[in-house]
Amino acid sequence: MHHSGMISIWFFIGLLLVPYGLLTFGAGIYEYMVPSAQTTVLASLHAGIWWGLLILGLGLFWSLRFRPGAGR
Amino acid sequence: MSLLPAFLLAEPGRLLHLSFVDVVVIALYFVMVIGIGFYLKGFTKTGEDFFLAGRDMTAWIAGLSFVAANLGSLELMGWAAASYQYGILAAHWYWIGAIPAMLFLGLVMMPFYYISKTHSVPGYLKLRFGEGSRAVSAISFAFMTVLMSGINMYSMALVMKVVLGWDIHFSIWISSLTVAAYVVLGGLLSAIFNEVLQFVMIWLGAMLIPIIGLIETGGWNGMVARIAKNTAAGDYTHLWRTLGSFSDNPMGIHWTGIVLGLGFVISFGYWTTDFLVVQRVLSARDLRSAKMAPIIGASFKMLVPFIVILPGLLGLAVLPEHLVAESAATATTHSYNEVLPLMLARYCGPGLLGLGITALIAGFMSGMAGNVSAFATVWTYDIYRAFFRAQAPDEHYVKIGRWCTLLGVLVSIGTAYLVMQFASIMDYVQALFSFFIAPLFGTVILGMLWKRATPAGGVSGLLAGTLSSIGMWAWVKLDPSAISIIALSPKARDMAENMYRALWSWLICVVVTVAVSYMTKPKPESELTGLVYGCTEIPSERDLKLTQRPIFWGSLVAIVFVVLNLIFW
Repeated sequence: MHHSGMISIWFFIGLLLVPYGLLTFGAGIYEYMVPSAQTTVLASLHAGIWWGLLILGLGLFWSLRFRPGAGR
Repeated sequence: MSLLPAFLLAEPGRLLHLSFVDVVVIALYFVMVIGIGFYLKGFTKTGEDFFLAGRDMTAWIAGLSFVAANLGSLELMGWAAASYQYGILAAHWYWIGAIPAMLFLGLVMMPFYYISKTHSVPGYLKLRFGEGSRAVSAISFAFMTVLMSGINMYSMALVMKVVLGWDIHFSIWISSLTVAAYVVLGGLLSAIFNEVLQFVMIWLGAMLIPIIGLIETGGWNGMVARIAKNTAAGDYTHLWRTLGSFSDNPMGIHWTGIVLGLGFVISFGYWTTDFLVVQRVLSARDLRSAKMAPIIGASFKMLVPFIVILPGLLGLAVLPEHLVAESAATATTHSYNEVLPLMLARYCGPGLLGLGITALIAGFMSGMAGNVSAFATVWTYDIYRAFFRAQAPDEHYVKIGRWCTLLGVLVSIGTAYLVMQFASIMDYVQALFSFFIAPLFGTVILGMLWKRATPAGGVSGLLAGTLSSIGMWAWVKLDPSAISIIALSPKARDMAENMYRALWSWLICVVVTVAVSYMTKPKPESELTGLVYGCTEIPSERDLKLTQRPIFWGSLVAIVFVVLNLIFW
């Protein structure tokens, strides 16, 4: 198999999701601390916080599980 | 003062307003897809690498890429709009209009594509029927693919202008050059890797809308009750029970059109012979993976209505304004096509909005990368190598493939600008594309399953089916009352006409192929080995555990498909 040694796509996805999770979570926390005048419907759910955490968790899992050299 | 660049703020009357965090989310996405292209360039050395990703993809990667290549941004926005307009009937395009065909591709057709070692669908036709069939299908596919890509590009740029106020030229050039960069660098390998990334982005960006929407409506029953209240007439929440008559449903279609036209001809034509999607499966590392890839794709395809159809239905339930057709939209009203952005604006704050917009951009890019990588393969192998330079070193074809990718993107951009000047071109090109799908399926399926089909039968059936489709389309254009003959009812609407036109053109292709085949001499069986049922030894799967067999997973997906249809009957 001539593609041996190639980094898994899941590592790249994890690598992108980590900052996405942090940004979304951070924006969610900021909205919670400093609510803006123009809120979204059901803003009280604070979706940014839990969705950001979910993305961060997924990102960390994939980037660690499929990191280069970790094997599958 | 805004922190955003001026080209992102071209239109003050936009639907959505991005924050700085949203722009960073979008920018990171562009950096990652280009980075993946640069990384994979080192793994793309041979023609097999560039055009078929080294035939080394796992079933999961090939399967996700198979379904992602079809999930363009227009797919997301268009079908959300269709579900607002027609209700849950739009889900037929994801279920009966996809799942049986995908399973058929995996379980029945894939062995022939894979064992024949073809690089493309036109390549298979060459092996089975000769150069004539290959030439017709390769040239039509290559040109239609880049034209469609240009139309999608223009439509996406228009959406970005309306929704975000982005400059239309900026959207066209940045997104298409990004796709060109990563596909030129890493070929199909890069396209497939990015499609998997894009698939994940689409889900993470779009999934919040149905989740929060269902919370707002109090679940499915609450949503159905609100839709019933908001829509005075018509049933928007049942899949089949309104299809007994053309006039009982908002789509103006009969169940025979959905089952035979969409579920059989159009769906099988697209999912089993359109090289844009089939190329992803051909990249699988072995036959079992190639059979499993469409089954994995089908299982995800069944879930897509959750992020596409449900937002449209939720829009019908919760949006305070009534959306109208594009032609009737004014400065104060929104069109059906804007239902997804309106739902994004309703539920998604900073960060989440960036994810949602990234999902739309990712959808567009995965669709466009699919188009240009398939174009490059067909142009290089089925046109350039077949008709211009048959004997050249492998590196030469890789070089041509890279240039073709760039050419494909440039022609797409040219088409986008052409459509900008002459909007009616869009309707004609979309119709043109539909002319080839149904007859091509007739030719391929007879070629695979009937060894008596001859080269003369194949090419004449393909031409007869395509020409008859064009003829029926022109007839209805010139005389709209002809729809009552084509679609069997004066109450039928455009959608029904498309379904029945596909069905008739497929039947004509099959009848002509069979008739001409009986009048001409068939190929000897020795030349059909690896190409046709009955002449090909398909590896047995008896030694595999039940859970390793594609037929097991295919049956499971089929059961879920039936159950979903019964639940939403």
